[in-house]
Amino acid sequence: MTAATMKPRTAARRWWIYAPMTLLAVFFLFPIVFMVTASLKTDHQIFADMDSLRAFLPVGEIGLANYAAVFERVPFWRFLANSVFVTACVTAFGLVVNSMCGYALARMRWKGRAVVFGFIIATLILPFDTTIVPMVYLVANLPWIGFEGLRPVLEIGWLNTYHVQIIPFIVNAFAIFLFAQYFSSLPKGLEEAAAMDGAGWLRTYWRIIVPLSKPVFATVTILTVVTSPATWNAYLWPLMTVQSEELRPVMVGVQYFFQLDTDWGEVMAYISMITIPMVAVFIAFQRAFIRSIAGAGMKD
Amino acid sequence: MQRRELMKLAAASGGAALAGPALAACSSGGSSDGTLLLWTHTAGNDAELGVTDQIIEAFNAGQDAYTAERESFPQDAYNDTVNAAALSGDLPDLLTVDGPNVPNWAWAGHLRPLDVPSETTDKFLPTTLGVFQDQLYSVGHWEAACSIFARESVLEAAQVRIPTMDEPWSREEFDEALERIAADTGHRWAIDLSTADIGEWYPYAFSPFLQSFGGDLLDRTTYLSAEGALNGPEALAWGQWFQRLFAEGLANPESPIGAEEFLQGDAAMTYMGNWGALQAMEQFDDVLFLPPPDLGTGPRIGGGSWQWAPTSAADAEGANAWMETALADEFVAEFANRTGLIPATEAAAELTEHYGPDGDLRMMMDYSRAYAVLRPETPAYAVIASVFTQYAGDIIHGGDVQQTLDAAVAEIDADIEANAGYGF
Repeated sequence: MTAATMKPRTAARRWWIYAPMTLLAVFFLFPIVFMVTASLKTDHQIFADMDSLRAFLPVGEIGLANYAAVFERVPFWRFLANSVFVTACVTAFGLVVNSMCGYALARMRWKGRAVVFGFIIATLILPFDTTIVPMVYLVANLPWIGFEGLRPVLEIGWLNTYHVQIIPFIVNAFAIFLFAQYFSSLPKGLEEAAAMDGAGWLRTYWRIIVPLSKPVFATVTILTVVTSPATWNAYLWPLMTVQSEELRPVMVGVQYFFQLDTDWGEVMAYISMITIPMVAVFIAFQRAFIRSIAGAGMKD
Repeated sequence: MQRRELMKLAAASGGAALAGPALAACSSGGSSDGTLLLWTHTAGNDAELGVTDQIIEAFNAGQDAYTAERESFPQDAYNDTVNAAALSGDLPDLLTVDGPNVPNWAWAGHLRPLDVPSETTDKFLPTTLGVFQDQLYSVGHWEAACSIFARESVLEAAQVRIPTMDEPWSREEFDEALERIAADTGHRWAIDLSTADIGEWYPYAFSPFLQSFGGDLLDRTTYLSAEGALNGPEALAWGQWFQRLFAEGLANPESPIGAEEFLQGDAAMTYMGNWGALQAMEQFDDVLFLPPPDLGTGPRIGGGSWQWAPTSAADAEGANAWMETALADEFVAEFANRTGLIPATEAAAELTEHYGPDGDLRMMMDYSRAYAVLRPETPAYAVIASVFTQYAGDIIHGGDVQQTLDAAVAEIDADIEANAGYGF
């Protein structure tokens, strides 16, 4: 077989792979394209275009009025700042705590390790919604040290604060599981060499394990930001524990648009605006994320 | 080296810990002595928030003992928020409550009876007063009323009689009107029932049809069972009639919320609340707001909407004082002017653009007075509403009507029994 005969065959095979992949990509992009194009239209235009492909095209009566209206209906920058702050705290503290926990479970030998790991995994079975009511009751009665000026004072109840949106969600069983799985795939020789050089557990974790585990850190970052009930998509928990508008995150803001006469163009403009940071996070971490997911389940 | 790394981590943590209070410094905080904290369900609704702020301003300026402050919440999530606050002992002094939820919240201990002079409340439409077991708990500034929105030109083209309150459509006339309109006017649907709105809309909008047939959501002689009321012969007739609207293509089982099919010209008529009236008048210059049909026992529409109530955690004196200020006719009228909803008092109606004696929406007040039926005034209503929504949806989508209604009755009765009759 010559090179000349191989080329068209390779090209044809590529076509067969890329054509369905492109179709799938277009299919999955439809909701996002619809969201953005509808955000530029009046309600009348959105519903008039609904039965045709025009729904996905920026045609007809279009403009940026819906985006301007968003700022009148919700304190957008405040909600955005709250979500960024809570998401950053839960993610950053979570990466430290959960990776250390995963490391202790995967690499250190201690009595009861398997039972503790099993117990942590078992908590994944419980849906968040089933535990939310006792959790609300619990956080409403937890103590906290606040300040009156510079004088520390003991307060009871975490409701209506930032820390009620952060602390209960730092520990994440699924993140611990992912870290433990990834760490257990690293060669043992690395730690043995570090131990011979006099490194303790903490230094080995910080100087050897963490630098080798960037893909799993990227994966946990994305999963925490996108799927945790307390980060970007936080809705039910802040709804039940935060009463002050100044502390609300972006997702609660979506409900501000559902009035007796819902303006769908404004809804689409708002969700377009709050989707942008998520897309940016995914693009920033996607290479490491794909590498980690592709490598999941592979062991030495 | 290791210590330096830990120091970096500690610094980062400290930065985050400091940023939290810095952001929180802008927040208002909870209620304290002399402060009346008010919660409303109207976040994002500038029209209603604007009037509430006017009341707060008038109240704060009119006395020195209390300072009212408000916190607003999005409507769809509001009930969950209030229930969570009740659980954690964090209720405000006053809050808004949807009329049918008053018995449940009163029974659960969230609300306290309202103590304002009867001359203040006597002038309000009966359906704007939240009463449970002979105790007044809440009062609303406004009422809503459903009617049939139709275009005069469309009815004339189909040669359909325009109904009046003196002579509403009978069931047979209504059915014939729908069939003629579907056949003659070129609309895709004869009537738009906004079926995608699966919240409170189903019991609010569709149970009055059931009541017009002679059925009900509950046996109101005892408030202990739905047996017979929701699955008897009248209810069965309602279910079969209702299902036929969708099975024969007269109404879309998946119609978007907010009467969009009517506004887009896809449906010839819609059954809609008066909050959509101003938009319909802007869209069509020949829109009519017709009385609902008499399906057997007279026309019926849903009654009872959002109201103000003091909570069990309220400073009673302050809460009552705020209510007396809030219930002035000028504020009742202002709500109606800004939202298009029905003012709760006659004196306020005369101050409004649309509901005065010659107002273009005056008929909505008349419909409300003549036809409104409150949803069952029982703590069980929260479950009844949810069950009715689910099973009415099954009927719309072709479920066996008798079996569906029997299943609904079984669920409602089981809930009432599990709660020892809810005090009845």
